[in-house]
Amino acid sequence: MPRLKIERYPAPLWVRPLIPVISIVVTFLLTSLVVLALNKNPFEAFYYFLIAPLASQSSAIEVLVKSTPLLLTGAAVTFAFSAGYYNIGAEGQLLAGAVAAAGLGMVLQNVPPVLAIPIMIVGGFAAGMAYAAIPALLKTRLDVDEVVTTLLLNTVILFFISFLLNGVWRSPVSGWPQSPEIADSAIFPRLIPRTRLHLGFLLAWISIGAVWLVFRRTALGLRMRAVGLGKEAARFAGVKVEQTMLTAALISGGIAGLAGVSEVAGIHYHLIEAISNNFGYTGIIVAMLGALNPLGVSLAALFLGLLDTGAQTVSRAMGIPIYLGNIVQSALLLITLAALVLQNYRIRRE
Amino acid sequence: MNFIVEMQGITKRFGVVEANQGIDFDLKPGEIHALLGENGAGKTTLMRILYGLYRADEGEIRVAGKPVVIHSPKDAIGLGIGMVTQHFTLVPPLSVVENVALGQEGAVTLDLDQMRQRVVDAAKRFGIEIKPDALVRHLSVGERQRVEILKSLYRNARVLILDEPTAVLVPQEVEALFQTLNKLRESGMALVFISHKLNEVMELCDRITVLRDGKKIGTVLRGETNEAELARMMVGRETFGVVRPAERRGGEVRLKLDKVNALDKKGLPALKNISLEVRAGEILGIAGISGNGQSELAQVLSGMLKPVSGTVWVDGKDMTGASPADFAAANIGRVPEDRHSGVVGDLSVAENLVLEHLEEFSRNGMMDYASVQKFAQKMIEDFQIKARPQDPIRTLSGGNMQKVLLARALAHKPRVLIVAHPTRGLDIGATDYVRSKLLEQREAGTAILMISEDLDEILALSDRIAVMYEGRIVGIVSGRRATPEVLGMMMSGALEVDYAEA
Amino acid sequence: MEAFLVGLIAATLRVATPLILGTLGELFSERSGILNLGIEGTMFLGAFTGFAVAYLTGSLWLGLLAAVLAGMLAGLLMGLFTVTLGVNQHVSGLGITLLMTGISLFLYRVIFGERSVQPSIPTFPKVSPFGDTPVLGPIFEQYLLTYIAIALVPLVWWLLYRTSFGLRLRAVGENPEAADAAGVNVFRIRYIALAIGGGLMAAGGAFLSLAQLGSFIFGIIAGRGWVCIALIIFANWIPSRVLWGALLFGGVSALQLRLQATGAQLPYELFLALPYLVTILALVLAGRSAAAPAALLKPYRRE
Repeated sequence: MPRLKIERYPAPLWVRPLIPVISIVVTFLLTSLVVLALNKNPFEAFYYFLIAPLASQSSAIEVLVKSTPLLLTGAAVTFAFSAGYYNIGAEGQLLAGAVAAAGLGMVLQNVPPVLAIPIMIVGGFAAGMAYAAIPALLKTRLDVDEVVTTLLLNTVILFFISFLLNGVWRSPVSGWPQSPEIADSAIFPRLIPRTRLHLGFLLAWISIGAVWLVFRRTALGLRMRAVGLGKEAARFAGVKVEQTMLTAALISGGIAGLAGVSEVAGIHYHLIEAISNNFGYTGIIVAMLGALNPLGVSLAALFLGLLDTGAQTVSRAMGIPIYLGNIVQSALLLITLAALVLQNYRIRRE
Repeated sequence: MNFIVEMQGITKRFGVVEANQGIDFDLKPGEIHALLGENGAGKTTLMRILYGLYRADEGEIRVAGKPVVIHSPKDAIGLGIGMVTQHFTLVPPLSVVENVALGQEGAVTLDLDQMRQRVVDAAKRFGIEIKPDALVRHLSVGERQRVEILKSLYRNARVLILDEPTAVLVPQEVEALFQTLNKLRESGMALVFISHKLNEVMELCDRITVLRDGKKIGTVLRGETNEAELARMMVGRETFGVVRPAERRGGEVRLKLDKVNALDKKGLPALKNISLEVRAGEILGIAGISGNGQSELAQVLSGMLKPVSGTVWVDGKDMTGASPADFAAANIGRVPEDRHSGVVGDLSVAENLVLEHLEEFSRNGMMDYASVQKFAQKMIEDFQIKARPQDPIRTLSGGNMQKVLLARALAHKPRVLIVAHPTRGLDIGATDYVRSKLLEQREAGTAILMISEDLDEILALSDRIAVMYEGRIVGIVSGRRATPEVLGMMMSGALEVDYAEA
Repeated sequence: MEAFLVGLIAATLRVATPLILGTLGELFSERSGILNLGIEGTMFLGAFTGFAVAYLTGSLWLGLLAAVLAGMLAGLLMGLFTVTLGVNQHVSGLGITLLMTGISLFLYRVIFGERSVQPSIPTFPKVSPFGDTPVLGPIFEQYLLTYIAIALVPLVWWLLYRTSFGLRLRAVGENPEAADAAGVNVFRIRYIALAIGGGLMAAGGAFLSLAQLGSFIFGIIAGRGWVCIALIIFANWIPSRVLWGALLFGGVSALQLRLQATGAQLPYELFLALPYLVTILALVLAGRSAAAPAALLKPYRRE
């Protein structure tokens, strides 16, 4: 029998854009095994997963609604990761933005929307930024690992929200742990009447566009990419590495904060503990799947929005638990990670 | 004579480079055999083959007369061959005993007392002083090296390879090491001592094999040779095909170092009281064998390493401990030692070219990519870089990458230029090109400090030559007076020249 | 007052149990050089598997065994990504957490469907070695798993410091090149460490469903995995300190619960957040802690 040898052999450049596609195919092959095990038809499942949500206008719009927070957290994570700052804290920064939005929304009672909505947006951005500042300063000033601190702070702010919702903000009406409704003038207008698609969706695309602009057209973007791709070489060339990283971390936190504003002002109109359906963590999947590229990230966010909606359709139509969506999303992340490594190797006969 | 190790016709290729070309080498019990040569002569490669870290493309190895195949260090250890490399393979938070016994524990559960006893016994048997219970992290470099040696002996080595063992030691530790090695020789072990230091080789070794450019030059007995002959064998060049520029006295002092001291990554002194001056329109060559402080000097002069004391002046301005950004702003051109550490591989050629002076290519923070493109095109033409502006720089050959770095350093007509190993790994065409660019800059009045291990290069380009040895400048000689023999002696610590002579 | 204290100590031991198990699991993983952020999902998987198997077979012990095996598999999967493929440990760990959570939720729905009444099982009985003795009696009226968790601390210490496996594990986490040069199979040691670690994490999760609750709810882990990540730093990667750290964490949580029960108006969330903030402070003070295994986060590649 010939001996097989694994050797380093980087795949040609044109393979790179195919990696997400290959990963999606492999993921669905694996998923079909799960579906088969439930004695259901995998093709039918794929139809409900990927096609049925786009078949009707209302559900297609729902896909866009679901992708809104993912576009924002995906953009946030992309921004930080590109500069070599591993912000796992988009979840917490989103929550900080949500707290700010709920708080501001309450006090903006008699302010016209033209003023109230920009205040909400700026306030949420600032809150996300402020909450991101803690780990970012610890990283750039004291060299404290940002992954652990951002992860821990995600939980800390949940306790803070729980403190608010069980105390001062407890709904006087229902007594449930949810904040009072925000003022009507602070509510994001609907982009399409009688759907849930709201201003946040536009905000998300503006953010993606802004990220693209920073990456492609600004000196900061070039510095960020230089730091992310080669910290010491960038330092050698005179880039102020710590300052660049800090800027990236703060803006990343701000964008994540917008996701919180968008959920409060666009969907719930009040703050609840479960305001984020793991959007911050899913943003990491979006960013990895989109290869930290704004176009890729927006496609990935839309795709994951589709998966979210599709999981509901599959569940309703075929009785397959909705959590199949979670499995597909996370398996997709892992398979993409593996594909990114495996593209550099080939198997050869020795 | 019964040899314990015989290597015959060993050839090893890395790509197109032949690191070893048909080398014969043998070793007797009870001798210390030196492998002498410059960096890149192939000494370490040859011994890594013996220790199973590389596999030879051609040639045969016999141990105690029997042909053997050595695929891994494990095989080598099984044959009684041990190696102490420059990078110790010790686990700092573990104790000396634990480090020595690691992988040879003998049982599932550890009998700490018994393990300790075995290690202490072995140390006593070979006369090696250790602190069995100390954590390796608390030991000095010399003590760590002894632990490393003991590790090999504990695994029943009869042959011990030491790769430049004195490079990391202070003089007193060298003395102690030599005593240990002498004891091991008396006990009948065979030792290989890899070095480029003539005085050490002459003091310690019985036989000396000299390698140069991957070839064996010869094997001599200590009693039948001298330092001058060894230096000639080691660095001797057949021809010097390059024209040395007319020597000249430079203009005003542009770069001045006064008693600069700096530490390396491990916190050991790497630069010791370095004082020198570079004048406008001259090239000061820094010669020396790698690891004698040149890296740290280049780092200090590019802002990547802060000196612990001393002063660096550029154009009369104190730049001690300034950041790389400050150096770039002060128009000091820098070409780094390792070109891959100077470029961001996944950024394009154009982006790498402008990274140092982004402010000139952006307005209000917005990049002016039209002018970036124009600038990159011009640099690519001026410097004959074979690439397009948008190519990721990691796809470039070494020569073209070096040209990009050179272009970046020269584009702004620097006042001072710091270049380290400007032509290392380049083909002849690229080498000539880079050297001619340096001479052009010299004509234009730039003060150039050039670090190189290539003696031909140093001799070809330098107006003055400073030689570094163990972190010090052991002499500055004029380019006219320098010869390879003199420099070779200085580089291996056999000769010091008074500064005043230059 | 005495009753209050006795109740507090007993509750502390109970709250600390999953933390001890999870953190010991993380200890194995990190001591071998792998930061396993899959812990949150692995604990969740353990809680689910334990419950489901116990429910279906009627045997709590089989449930526990199945949970441990499932956790070991999750650890091996983590190994595939971080040891064999050398993928970024942060992202693959989060991926494992998300995947294990997804699988558990999915299978729970497949097996139990959507019911109005939460399915439940009888829990492990409590063991009271001191019977009705005052003070000691009520304090040590605990689930068997609590005693096992505490007993594991010296056992893990012994394994780390008194066996050749432990020596190799520590060497691999500190300097894999050195371990490799000494003939230690770095990859195998890391896989074993991840498997043991995953098993322990899952056991921590199973404690919650099999002993404390007797049912499986979606918020069953509620960030306890992240607490363990904090604890391991707090404990400086030392087994005995894992115990003290977990008891401290547990004590603060238990106190908060007790105080709430007495009707005292206290921002108990502050108590809950305190340990996290203390950990961040500890990180700042320790800098890039010298005690952290030196090879943590670095994939090992042979040249």
